[in-house]
Amino acid sequence: MAVTDDTTRAGGIGARMLRKEDGKLVTGEAEFVDDIHAPGELWMGMVRSTVAHARIAAIDTSGAASMPGVQSVLTGAQLADMELWVAPLPCAWPVTDDMVNPPHWPVATDMVHHVGELVAVVLAESRFAAADAIEHVIVEYESQPPVATVEQAMADVDHAHLEHSTNKAYTWAIDPDPDGTQAAIAAAAHVVSARFVQQRLIPVAIEPRGVLAVPSPMGGDITLYSTTQVPHVLRVMVAATTGLPEQKLRVIAPAVGGGFGAKLNVNPDEILAVALSHRLGRAVRWTETRSEAAGSTHQGRGQIQHVELASDADGKLTAIRVKIDADMGAYMTLLTPGVPLLGSFLYHGVYDTPKFSFTCEGWFTNRTPTDAYRGAGRPEASYAIERAMDMLAYEVGIGTDEIRRRNYINGGEPFEMWENPAGLSFDSGHYGPTLDRALELADVAGLRAEQQRRRETGAIRQLGIGLCTYVEICGLAPSRALGGLNYGAGGWEHATVRILPTGKVEVVSGSTPHGQGHETSWSQIIATKMGISPDDVTVLHSDTALSPLGLDTYGSRSLSVGGVAIAMAADKVIEKARKIAAHQFEAAPEDVEFVDGSFSVAGTPSKSVHIQELGFAAFTAHDLPDGMEPNLQEQVSFDPPNFAFPFGTHVAVVEIDEDTGGVELIGYYAVDDCGNQVNPLIVEGQIHGGVVQGAAQALYEVAVYDDDANIINPSLMNYLVPSAAEMPSIVTDSTCTPSTTNPLGVKGVGEAGTIGSAAAVINAVVDALRPHGVTDIEMPASPMRVRRTIEQADGGAS
Amino acid sequence: MVANAVQIRLSVNGESHDLEVEPRTLLVYALRDDIGLTGTNIGCDSSSCGACTVLVDGRSVKSCTMLAVQAEGAEITTIEGLAATSDGDGLHPMQQAFHEYHGLQCGYCTPGMILASVSLIDEYPDLDESGVREGLEGNLCRCTGYNNIVKAVLQVAGKEA
Repeated sequence: MAVTDDTTRAGGIGARMLRKEDGKLVTGEAEFVDDIHAPGELWMGMVRSTVAHARIAAIDTSGAASMPGVQSVLTGAQLADMELWVAPLPCAWPVTDDMVNPPHWPVATDMVHHVGELVAVVLAESRFAAADAIEHVIVEYESQPPVATVEQAMADVDHAHLEHSTNKAYTWAIDPDPDGTQAAIAAAAHVVSARFVQQRLIPVAIEPRGVLAVPSPMGGDITLYSTTQVPHVLRVMVAATTGLPEQKLRVIAPAVGGGFGAKLNVNPDEILAVALSHRLGRAVRWTETRSEAAGSTHQGRGQIQHVELASDADGKLTAIRVKIDADMGAYMTLLTPGVPLLGSFLYHGVYDTPKFSFTCEGWFTNRTPTDAYRGAGRPEASYAIERAMDMLAYEVGIGTDEIRRRNYINGGEPFEMWENPAGLSFDSGHYGPTLDRALELADVAGLRAEQQRRRETGAIRQLGIGLCTYVEICGLAPSRALGGLNYGAGGWEHATVRILPTGKVEVVSGSTPHGQGHETSWSQIIATKMGISPDDVTVLHSDTALSPLGLDTYGSRSLSVGGVAIAMAADKVIEKARKIAAHQFEAAPEDVEFVDGSFSVAGTPSKSVHIQELGFAAFTAHDLPDGMEPNLQEQVSFDPPNFAFPFGTHVAVVEIDEDTGGVELIGYYAVDDCGNQVNPLIVEGQIHGGVVQGAAQALYEVAVYDDDANIINPSLMNYLVPSAAEMPSIVTDSTCTPSTTNPLGVKGVGEAGTIGSAAAVINAVVDALRPHGVTDIEMPASPMRVRRTIEQADGGAS
Repeated sequence: MVANAVQIRLSVNGESHDLEVEPRTLLVYALRDDIGLTGTNIGCDSSSCGACTVLVDGRSVKSCTMLAVQAEGAEITTIEGLAATSDGDGLHPMQQAFHEYHGLQCGYCTPGMILASVSLIDEYPDLDESGVREGLEGNLCRCTGYNNIVKAVLQVAGKEA
């Protein structure tokens, strides 16, 4: 669509408009869940399993129940007897018909399957009374051997769920031509064979999760405030799980302090709060503590990847074969089994790869369930192919930039609708310029010279330069495609646009923000469409009473699905307004032009009416065309015809102190292409945050479990979320290759940074260590691991 | 129902509050639950994240590291009271800079980050970028990658990034 400089300046599409959301967030006015209170509220105190796998022999609640301020203590068995729910917690993505899916009840009744699983709930008058009482609930466990790692799960000696004779949950594959893949690998001049570990990560949205359920005992309604990314999905699932009538449930996600996937689940606490508040007629609430979150909120990643990448003598790819062993954790939560599938289609990356074979096996362990975490399957895929490409470059003896150039789809030239070997159609792409620009931006030529100088002088601090050209799949999703993957919902998004009687505009958004700036971006789309000021637009969202239809925010879908729905609804409003204007002008609608917010008859510019003025005419309905309904309000449910495929090239620059093994990320350059940008300021912010999250996986973060499947670093004392001090300034630039599958030409950017950065950083670390003969290092590249890797490569003691 | 309650008087944002709290009550809970100033957020349980940072006599303090009873006699400034400490009738310059540089996304760490930044440049007016980064080491943000936070703080410090 045409975007004029005038509308950009006025805050339309393409403007670096400052965010509307900020005022209440910089002053403390915004209300998060823990800020909201209801009269008579009871606090839940969560009694959680301290062992990974056990039979619950006995629970003594008497000491806790008699403590001051404690209303009651309910064990899992007692809660089950209360018949508060009609179904286990949902898994919406049973990826195969024979997938094993052990029932996951909100509170365990006889067996526990991970540390942190609920075994009893305290109800108390204050958060401190609840916290005190938890300590006095005595639980006797009869321990069972835990399955603490994926490797143990695969050995199938001990079982994470005793009623199942294997830990395997499913096998899922895309394997169009296994013999062809095998033949290509067998005939290849070069084959890189690698094993990569995607360690478990704790998502750590800075706002911990929390809930508040407020009943209206006489009316039968319940309002659930939750720190959720998915109020609409949650409403459906709470109704289905509790058996309470869906139309009586209202879900509100007030200000939500980050999500990153960790807040898209349907959690025991949400079900408990609703069911108990309904039963007791009192508001019920809970706020997670940070250390509790390691067992009460799902984790991310958790995969072992086996990659075989084959090429001819010149490094031109001929085949890739991938096998994933994915750690489900103890239960299938909402999207657990599907996360590896979200990456499955992308294991060839941005490279034309004739033969493609992907297999994933899901395995149960006695650890916190895994589920979506920023990028969800795609950072893993990008990491595997981008690490393997560097390894292949070493094998072939060419540069890491050159190996990429030789293999980019369509030779790095622009393309539309490229059929990938996994069966998807890439909407558009143009990879070469992102690499060119990233190399220039980072001055890689200069960095290589400096690297050479340091190598020759034996400097303690060695330099490493890492590249990554990623492609991601976002804009979830065409509903039929999701149906084909056994996903339990559609992928459309809903929007309503209305012009109020005074000419102001309300937009109702089905997608739900938690930091992404929807209020600003949606206002900009309306400003451009309608030729009005973005200040005249208010965006309503995140409350199922205000926005009854929606599928929420995850998978970088908000703009390319929800934003497009808003643009389409605006178009419908404009078309209706055009008819009213034509009626006023006594002209045919097709003779009425719409320019900069005003309708006029072609050739008679003196006669015009502004679209905002027509709001009042549509409201009074005194003189509308025959048969036209009053009001200017239109809605759209947009089901995208295809996914969107953003891409980009990142350059990471690290310095490694070879004496200490310390890695410092000293530079980061990101050139991303997310199609048309609605607000470049917001795009850059998304890249910055995403890059740091991926760099954190590369260098710092890992959820560490001991042999008994206890997590040993659940707090921020020892789970190393990076601070400003560890991170460099990030330099960004962009190219623009519009999507061909939606009318805004937009793609998505919420996860791009994370998808590009882990591979870029580890490629840089390995690059720095190349003189030692190092070809790989496991994440996170901690000082200890770097030192050991150097020592092993040098042939010294480990 | 407060066990072993003690009476304290806290001065917050220029207003005096008489409270009855348990001796163990952390300042952050007195501010949030007893006074109702919920702009101060809680992000961890190990004094690691800095979301609860407030100013105590002008210096940044993680309000989860201080008992409410220890804050008696001090002047506490929370995010709700920050704008009033500056000239003019709008936002405090640090709040304005966070807005103008897109130094926040979800906004949960923001009150603590802003107050830590105010204290930092008050104490060290001649900071460069690495000084700002080191100085904010105790405040975690998961959204912004710190890029624009650092720019905002440098701008307020008179060092346009």
